[in-house]
Amino acid sequence: MSTFASSRETTEGTIYSVTGGDWDQVASEIGSAKEERVVVNMGPQHPSTHGVLRLMLELEGETITELRCGIGYLHTGIEKNTEFRTWTQGVTFVTRMDYLSPLFNETTYCLGVEKLLGITNDVPERASVIRVMMMEFNRISSHMVALGTGALELGAITPMFFAFREREKVLDVFEKVSGLRMNMAYIRPGGVAQDLPDGTVAGIRELIKDLRKNFKDNAKLLIGNSIWIKRTKGVGYLDLAGCITLGVTGPVLRSTGMPWDLRKTQPYCGYENYDFDVITADTCDVYGRFLIRMQELEQSLRIIEQCCDKLDKLDGAPVMVADKKIAWPAQLSLGGDGLGNSLDHIRQIMGTSMEALIHHFKIVTEGFRVPAGQVYTPVESPRGELGAHLVSDGGTRPYRVHFRAPSFSNLQSTAAMCEGSLIADVVAAVASIDPVMGDVDR
Amino acid sequence: MSEQKGSFGIQGTGDTSGYGGLVRSSFSPTSAQKPYGSYFDEVTDELERAFPEFNDAIEKVVVDRGELTLHIKRQRLFDVAKTLRDTETLRFEVCLGVSGVHYPEDSQRELHAVYELLSMTHNRRMRLEVSTPESDPHIPSLVEVWAGTNWHEREAYDMFGIIFDGHPALTRILMPDDWPGHPQRKDYPLGGIAVEYVGATIPSPDNRRSYR
Repeated sequence: MSTFASSRETTEGTIYSVTGGDWDQVASEIGSAKEERVVVNMGPQHPSTHGVLRLMLELEGETITELRCGIGYLHTGIEKNTEFRTWTQGVTFVTRMDYLSPLFNETTYCLGVEKLLGITNDVPERASVIRVMMMEFNRISSHMVALGTGALELGAITPMFFAFREREKVLDVFEKVSGLRMNMAYIRPGGVAQDLPDGTVAGIRELIKDLRKNFKDNAKLLIGNSIWIKRTKGVGYLDLAGCITLGVTGPVLRSTGMPWDLRKTQPYCGYENYDFDVITADTCDVYGRFLIRMQELEQSLRIIEQCCDKLDKLDGAPVMVADKKIAWPAQLSLGGDGLGNSLDHIRQIMGTSMEALIHHFKIVTEGFRVPAGQVYTPVESPRGELGAHLVSDGGTRPYRVHFRAPSFSNLQSTAAMCEGSLIADVVAAVASIDPVMGDVDR
Repeated sequence: MSEQKGSFGIQGTGDTSGYGGLVRSSFSPTSAQKPYGSYFDEVTDELERAFPEFNDAIEKVVVDRGELTLHIKRQRLFDVAKTLRDTETLRFEVCLGVSGVHYPEDSQRELHAVYELLSMTHNRRMRLEVSTPESDPHIPSLVEVWAGTNWHEREAYDMFGIIFDGHPALTRILMPDDWPGHPQRKDYPLGGIAVEYVGATIPSPDNRRSYR
């Protein structure tokens, strides 16, 4: 018999390095061992662990007796870095945390900065409507990844193609509006970076029709699919008490029947002016969580439609606070060579107004001062409550930036969901939490 | 701020503005006077009723920007937290996490732990803040009250070196297990740290190659 799996003896027992194609050999060797307990390491490089999540599973046969998560492989020190950059530059950092829902990171951060500045009510309505519209599009693109990869990890490949086809169309909207498909740094303290280009709203109205039809087709692929139901129903069970004590929010909490959605319960960005439903399920399992995500797509489309109506009425209104001491001076525009400063703005500061040039230089390099204090601003991200805890000492840079990342808190519940279940159900349970490791590790 | 040297040409205070004007000062919010407004009076009154040693446990009540913060003596944190969770009129059943803050200028109170609480029952939010001296960085763990603070306390330990007494397994969570120091303290530089792997060392960016 050829030996694929190399083994070595440690104080904890024999350790096998499995490289694929050698499970039979490992199994046969373990079969002769006295102990039935096996510890299997899954990840951090594993296609079904959503990035670099490491799971340590203690098994008896195929049943998990203990599960632990190993995280930190994607820690990039974003919180520390923001302390060394201006408040506005912070947006560029935080957008990279949860890379599937960057606009939520930006919004929660900017709401925090605005609260510290005391200008929450001065943010123009058009800016808030654009924020809501972009966030709801982002919720769609994020849920599409959750549904597509979630299905892929359970062996269904087709939903992935369709989900990413829809997601691509949403990313095209982001590209048209902000110049970038991901990590846009589009939402800024005081408003948004630039107004919508001409024809955006009309294009979005067309897109909504497309998306609505395709979402229905996608849903048919999974809802009612007998394999899907067998892999997800009753799997990854976590009830309301478990969610509350572990601080779990988002679709996982709503799958226990709790209609907790910050957009309804503690509205921000004017969400109280929109008509939409909070989707819940009462199954407490993976099936319910995916069902919630599918139905939330339609609710997001409803909100976007209302945004379009509001945007038509607010055409030409400002998208940044009037205070020039806070508003970013550069009038960004989409030029032939990509995103840059508008030529009119360059002409003004370089050719006609020395004071405007000084102001531009000062606010871009030094930034604005933010009164001392601390705030916490939560938003409902696709994964749950995302909150920014910002501390200012009165300077031009944050004193402390901390993010209450929903993936981080929700991932804690993996052990509660999986212990006692079969090893194959771990993949379904983790997929239903939809953790983004950039959000977990920051 | 203490002297430090980091990557990307950062020296001294870490001021990248080019003005040398980055001054770090710790701020100490003033205690609010009753009435606090909003639901804050109700919360503090109810807590006072349910927790007789209220005046002994609370250092100050801060109301700022529409948010309520209770500064608590660390010895009484556990009891206050349990009261806030269990009293029916308070019912802060969710703890959203622990955020450490380092104030090197705040003598004998250098390390702060900030807890964001949420009551879904009453749709309210509030915040607990606890301080501890750097020389004795111990705060009681709240894992028994809110199991969800488990990882958050590990993160605060990892990043700030706050030791949460009674935590079931207080180990590093984001940094490698053998990492020296606590990276988010103010005296820890940004960058400029050589990263050691087993069998190899990657020098910090400022020690690699200079393009200046």
